[in-house]
Amino acid sequence: MIIATGNHAVSYGVRAARAEVIAAYPITPQTQIIEKLAELIQSGEMRAKYIRVESEHSAMSACIGAEACGARTFTATSSHGLAYMSEMVFWAGMGRFPIVMAVVNRTLAPPWSIWNEHTDMLAQRDSGWIMMMCGSAQEAHDTTVMAYRIAEDERVLQPVMFGLDAFSLSHTAENLELIDQEVADGFLPPLNPESLPVYMDPDNPVTFGNLLGPDKMMEFRHLIKEAFGRAKGVIEEAAKDLSNATGRKQHGLIEDYRSSDAEVVILAMGASSGDCKDAVDILRDEGIKAGMVRVKTIRPFPGEEIASSVRGAKAVAIVDRDYSYGFGGIIGREAASYLSKKPLNYIAGIGGRDITVEDFRKIAEDALASAERGELGIEKWWGMRGFEG
Amino acid sequence: MFVEIRLHGRGGQGIVTASEMLIEAAVLEGYHGQSIPTFGAERRGAPVVASARISDREVRRHGQVYSPDFVAVFDPLFVFRKEVTEGLKEGGTLLVNHRQKPDFPQFRVIAIDATKIALENGLVVAGWAVVNTAMLGALSRLLGMISRRSVEAVVSSKWKGDLGSKNLKAALDAFEGVVA
Repeated sequence: MIIATGNHAVSYGVRAARAEVIAAYPITPQTQIIEKLAELIQSGEMRAKYIRVESEHSAMSACIGAEACGARTFTATSSHGLAYMSEMVFWAGMGRFPIVMAVVNRTLAPPWSIWNEHTDMLAQRDSGWIMMMCGSAQEAHDTTVMAYRIAEDERVLQPVMFGLDAFSLSHTAENLELIDQEVADGFLPPLNPESLPVYMDPDNPVTFGNLLGPDKMMEFRHLIKEAFGRAKGVIEEAAKDLSNATGRKQHGLIEDYRSSDAEVVILAMGASSGDCKDAVDILRDEGIKAGMVRVKTIRPFPGEEIASSVRGAKAVAIVDRDYSYGFGGIIGREAASYLSKKPLNYIAGIGGRDITVEDFRKIAEDALASAERGELGIEKWWGMRGFEG
Repeated sequence: MFVEIRLHGRGGQGIVTASEMLIEAAVLEGYHGQSIPTFGAERRGAPVVASARISDREVRRHGQVYSPDFVAVFDPLFVFRKEVTEGLKEGGTLLVNHRQKPDFPQFRVIAIDATKIALENGLVVAGWAVVNTAMLGALSRLLGMISRRSVEAVVSSKWKGDLGSKNLKAALDAFEGVVA
């Protein structure tokens, strides 16, 4: 048992996964991840090529090139870095390069902010990447290894990005059990270059990325759609296998916490889901049947799984630390389309404002009271402070 | 058992390091720990805050600490700043790096001259007394669940050689010298 920040937990996960090429550009609050990787490579604890690049756009380009040559690759970024990388994020997704990327979730400016929000990652949700969100340093570590297994599975072959909340997870140090190298090697076989949709083999030269007319593009995209259809099963299988290998319960699509008989279920995501669980226990002690469902995987979206977990609840409160302007909370809106009863959508923690145990407790009570009044399908911006002057 | 601790000091005084070492020591004792740095851009000399949680169960929450059981003040000039005692539970412990015990009747106040301990042990960097290991020693003792041996193990693994022995001496001087 060691103590590590969420960021370093990811770095150690990348080492356990034996990533071979790392190309990254520093940005707060992600920098610790790649600094630690540089240290591990420098000290000889990890065998990998570290490519220093001048931007995130180049970082992803380098990862695509290396992956196409059959190397296991990693990068990490955040917020503005991810936005700047976005063109190549789509290239990686549509080109089906099984790259793994950590995103430390940070608000996009203006006004300038380094604090937590999930909108940066969610803005990339149509890029053909499998997307996950971690709830603790331990989960960030385990998910790093799991991400490669999912990405490189021959039924999937799509890149995976996973999120960590800025500071509350990235810079918070917690207990961490490292995955044994033997366990990691047993769980994650070496990448098979021959399986890659795009494999650049010098002995068999071909070209990629040519102009493709409207007569074929739709079929190419359909292959990706099919891969995402299979990904759900692969994710659950990987979570189960890693649970068995590590002895720690791993979550694939969702995490269900005391929701089976709950009257009010909070749908949460990210590091604050731990605060939500503490709130659920407090509410249960007070005689209120509360539960939580956590969105671990965002793409493919676990709509059916969420719907099944909240089926019996009188009120479903979806907490979004993100927003789609002119539409609503992104997870709230997406989940609502699967639910038979309209949920309540709470927008909270925007720009890094804390979402506390007490907030979750009050949200659950507010949702129950709203449901009793028949007021469902409402969006509430939680904890707004009045403007002065 | 669930204890929340908040550390106040200046950027550069090593409060984040102290907070991490504190929970490392707690983990050696078999507890779960969490160290939360200032959520922002740190500036040398400016007031900064770090917090920590120690529990016999997994620490699941990630929010900041608002009502600590323990507060440790690393800078003597910060003792009377309003935010230092904000939210500190009634009867909670206020550990201050100060020559005299300030008067806060609602708290258990403990003063230790960590600056003196640091200076006596030659812990000075860029003209500043480095008080974090002394404060770590005192805080560990007051918390009750961290042994001298764990403090020793954590400090010894953090620094080697001359710096290691100076820091270790400071931590143990404070561990032994703090009077509850």
